Amino acid sequence: MNKRILTLFLSLTLLFSLAACGSKDTNATDARREANEIVVGIAQDLENSLDPYATVTAANREVLFNIYEGLVKPDADGNLVPAVAERWTLSDDQLTYTFYLRPGVKFHNGSEVTAADVVWSIDRAKESGNWKALDNVDAVNLGDDFISVVLKQPNGDFLSYMTLAITPKDHANGEEPVGTGPFKYISRAAQQNVVFERFPDYWGEGAKVDKVTYQIYENAEALVLALKSGAVDICAHLTATQADQLTESFDILEGTMNLVQAVYLNHAYEPLANETVRKALCCALDRQQIFDVVADGHGTAVGSSMYPNFRKYFLPELAELYPHDAEKAKALLAEAGYPNGFDLTITVPSNYQPHMDTAQVVAEQLRAVGVNVTIEPVEWASWLENVYSGRQYQATVVGVDASTLTARAMLERFNSTAGNNFINYSNAEYDEAFAAAVNAATDEEATAHYLRCEEILAETAANVYIQDLADLVAVRKGISGYQFYPLYAIDLSTVTYS
Amino acid sequence: MKKNTFLRVGLVLTALVVGFIALGLVWTPYAPNAMDFSRLLPPSLAHPMGTDKFGRDILSRVMVGAGDTLLIALGTVVIGTVVGTLVGALTGWYGGWVDELLMRLNDALASFPSILILLVLVSLLGGGQEHMMLALGIVFIPSYARIVRSEFARARTQNYVRMAELMGASTARILFVHILPNIWHTLLSAITIGFNNAVLAEAAMSYLSIGVSPDEASLGYMLSESQSILGSAPWYALGTGLIIVLLILGVSLIGEGLQRGEN
Repeated sequence: MNKRILTLFLSLTLLFSLAACGSKDTNATDARREANEIVVGIAQDLENSLDPYATVTAANREVLFNIYEGLVKPDADGNLVPAVAERWTLSDDQLTYTFYLRPGVKFHNGSEVTAADVVWSIDRAKESGNWKALDNVDAVNLGDDFISVVLKQPNGDFLSYMTLAITPKDHANGEEPVGTGPFKYISRAAQQNVVFERFPDYWGEGAKVDKVTYQIYENAEALVLALKSGAVDICAHLTATQADQLTESFDILEGTMNLVQAVYLNHAYEPLANETVRKALCCALDRQQIFDVVADGHGTAVGSSMYPNFRKYFLPELAELYPHDAEKAKALLAEAGYPNGFDLTITVPSNYQPHMDTAQVVAEQLRAVGVNVTIEPVEWASWLENVYSGRQYQATVVGVDASTLTARAMLERFNSTAGNNFINYSNAEYDEAFAAAVNAATDEEATAHYLRCEEILAETAANVYIQDLADLVAVRKGISGYQFYPLYAIDLSTVTYS
Repeated sequence: MKKNTFLRVGLVLTALVVGFIALGLVWTPYAPNAMDFSRLLPPSLAHPMGTDKFGRDILSRVMVGAGDTLLIALGTVVIGTVVGTLVGALTGWYGGWVDELLMRLNDALASFPSILILLVLVSLLGGGQEHMMLALGIVFIPSYARIVRSEFARARTQNYVRMAELMGASTARILFVHILPNIWHTLLSAITIGFNNAVLAEAAMSYLSIGVSPDEASLGYMLSESQSILGSAPWYALGTGLIIVLLILGVSLIGEGLQRGEN
């Protein structure tokens, strides 16, 4: 008899504990609301260095956007608005920009921003090699409360580059980043989290929440479970399947990711060096199926390295260049000397579910025309090292973004000599058109050359261009103020508990 | 043969599951990788197990995936049994330094968590079915070797073995013709347990996406995919899990039945 009672008791305990698993951990979310702090889920750890001038990944920029600011900064509409500089003037010969510093702007370490800090910051960016546009700077002169930047030749895009982070003179930002943004850096734990706090002395309106913790979930399933359990408040870049799981306690916002997702092809790999082969791969692609699977039909087709938020640079018609046609793809492969297809390994960073899902659909489409595709999921760190820096890969599905809202930021990497030309693209006509765009006297002329660059990329099938992904963002109900930017950025300063 | 319910039920169940898997080798309702249907359809007549997030037919994928699992599990058991029996027979029979050497190696292999060894082996060998088989097989050797060794060591002193020796039978003949059939029942139950462990180990490995490509129809990987959509598409996890449960249950019942039959 005792045994039966015990059994009953144990079963009931089990039942209750199961029921408890099902319910949300509302205590944790309430506690965060009480403390006015939020947790943001991200799919990867940041780069080892948080130095803004050395940053190469979109993932880093998205987070650092909250702690660094430039003389100017982009707003949610893509306009450049005054930040550390209060105002600026441009000389009549279009060569000298004079920036007047906003009085009383403080760094996170408490010191006030001086003209010397600005000059130092520009020099650092120039030295880093990641800001080629600054080669156009002839001299930087400083006054008490202003600096003037003298250019070698006029450049309509120049102001965009003044979004580069202003950091204190002689401060190394790699481990202890100091900026002027609405949040200040507190700490990071490798593979775990990054913590920011509200910067109380911010010059502007400042952040609404007191503390932000970026929690790192490199496993997509774990990320969804964390969102469901109440451990995470905001998470961007979800797939439709993931977002569907979260509608109960989250609002799902939809924007665009502002990057160009493509099957990036390593032109150093034999079959892919052949333009006809690359065109065949483009013809094998069925974008609509990818939209359907990854984002319930959402997504914007792109046909070159430019995404729609770039408005005047974006050429939607390039996406029509290679309509889906499996028969034509097979014929092109045969013409190129690969009638039986070839082996292709597509390397994908496994922490990004949208790219993983896309890769699986693409693989199936390429198999349909005879290409023997293998998908190789790798960790983010290994992707950065072996694919992006080492260029040891055949093809990869990722998104490439822009560091500034300029065509140059999207297109410079395809120069045959560019250090970040990770697809090993080499095309003399392209190099020429790009140089012409950079050296153009007027904005119209520059734009025309940039558009030509995009056309060349599309016509030579540089990559299998897919889309600018729909960005599905889960924001916990009761939190508002999330804004989409035309850049790959998440601005947390406007986010607030309502 | 007397009535043995365990054995009968086990045989019927295993025959059904293996038949289902064998059918999958030659025919599936749809191509397992075809993304032709709506996403996450619940079970229906057209798709008895529903569809996954890519719009692939889960039944077809389970059939193919279970085939791979079965093949890898069988391969694992064969490698483990054959090598384990050889090692066990030699060490049990000869004793001495051969025994010391091989058994210490065996201990070394068994002292690491098997998942760790598997990770190392897969990263050395690379993914793919045959490599998974080899990696799992190597991990399974110690347990067989130990069982077989103790049986051989025991048999060594028994009269029928001594007789055979006196009659001038060769060592190989004594080991494999005289002794092996006598320890067959012990080995058989080790094999059934080992087979089940191999099925689970394979599923666990692919659940952790070790040695498996994401678009391969693999039971473990499908289970891990189904985890986060358990609430909205429970049929994904259920269909995939069911086949593993049935496969293991069937073989376990056979093992149980055989043991009872012995007694």
